Amino acid sequence: MDRIPILKLGSALLVTIQVDMHDRLATALEEDLTAKIVATSAKGVLIDISALEIVDSFIGRMLDNIAAVSRILDAVTVVVGMRPAVAITLVELGLSLSGVNTALNVDRGMELIQRRLAEAEGVDGNIEQ
Amino acid sequence: MATKKAASLAELVREHEGEIETEWLGLLKTRGGLQTGRIKEAELQTQCRNFLAVLKAALGKAGADVSNAAYAPVRELLNELSRSRALQGFSPSETASFVFSLKQALFNTLSRTKGIDAAELAETTWAITQLLDELGLYTMEVFQKSREEVIVRQQREIAELSTPVIKLWQGVLAVPLIGTLDSARTQVVMENLLQTIVDQAADIAIIDITGVPTVDTLTAQHLIKTVSAARLMGADCIISGIRPQIAQTMVHLGVELNVISKATLADALAVALRRIGRAVVAIKPAARDAAEPGQQA
Repeated sequence: MDRIPILKLGSALLVTIQVDMHDRLATALEEDLTAKIVATSAKGVLIDISALEIVDSFIGRMLDNIAAVSRILDAVTVVVGMRPAVAITLVELGLSLSGVNTALNVDRGMELIQRRLAEAEGVDGNIEQ
Repeated sequence: MATKKAASLAELVREHEGEIETEWLGLLKTRGGLQTGRIKEAELQTQCRNFLAVLKAALGKAGADVSNAAYAPVRELLNELSRSRALQGFSPSETASFVFSLKQALFNTLSRTKGIDAAELAETTWAITQLLDELGLYTMEVFQKSREEVIVRQQREIAELSTPVIKLWQGVLAVPLIGTLDSARTQVVMENLLQTIVDQAADIAIIDITGVPTVDTLTAQHLIKTVSAARLMGADCIISGIRPQIAQTMVHLGVELNVISKATLADALAVALRRIGRAVVAIKPAARDAAEPGQQA
């Protein structure tokens, strides 16, 4: 069974979904990503869905789940590159993904993760002093 | 019997075609279709001649049975004529009189015809009435349909016009909403906004609802949908221009938007600029004079 590659980029993980997602692939990704976050102690997860043309409620929920799991494992999830049609569909389905951070493209998403990490470090630094 | 009626009607039209045409044209002229100047006499004459020609052919083939396939050219001609009149702004009665004035022309011709008895006259009269009434009704139907098409097109154009997406600053968009926000318009607004967010790589979108007359629970839901969709694309939304009465109504209805809202577009722009790390500052008088030398004199 093919899997979606997860790349490590500094302290973040980059997932680029290039194929049509089916349910089993989505579940596999969720598991792989969870394992990888723990293994690499990543602080950020960037999911690029700019190539994804069809998103159903299952995939929507999967994105929400990944965000929730990452939060528990102390990582920030950012979903980037959502297409307008996909955004409209998700809203019509009633999935506003309120637990997920979003950004327009990978560049902006990376910026967002860096900013969050800097904020978190700032807080930690204050405690140490 | 029916074929006989139709046969005499067809005969009438065939034998007196030129006569009928002249009389019909005369009637059309006096009834005002020409006076408005929307149609030229030559054009009207061509239309009359064409109509009589196809009617003659149809009568010869199918009698007075309008639903017959032989009447397809007649219907097509009326279709085109009625549609063009609707678009040119003819009134319904002006359009209908095109067909109905033919009735009078036919009656006059019939009464001038010699050698027919009273029964035959009555029968042919009835056949003419029936035929032309049906054709007249058909004309009106097409006329109405064309008008409705015009209205639908205008509605769509208004919807397009009333939902522009404006670039206020690099990365800051504004959507001034004017008019009632129903689900069809929300769809247009959403699509326009999201596409512009992608095109301009915008960070912030300001939705200004100064021109929205009322905000009820449904409108609020539409606003929330738009905001959620923009957020999924990675852009933040600010809602501005909530008038005092609307704010009160929203509170009374228990509507919660859960988004940043500002009273005016100016306030929203200030917030947006701060978010992208810009600020509007007053410049020193000396610098202002230097920038505008014309005002010193």
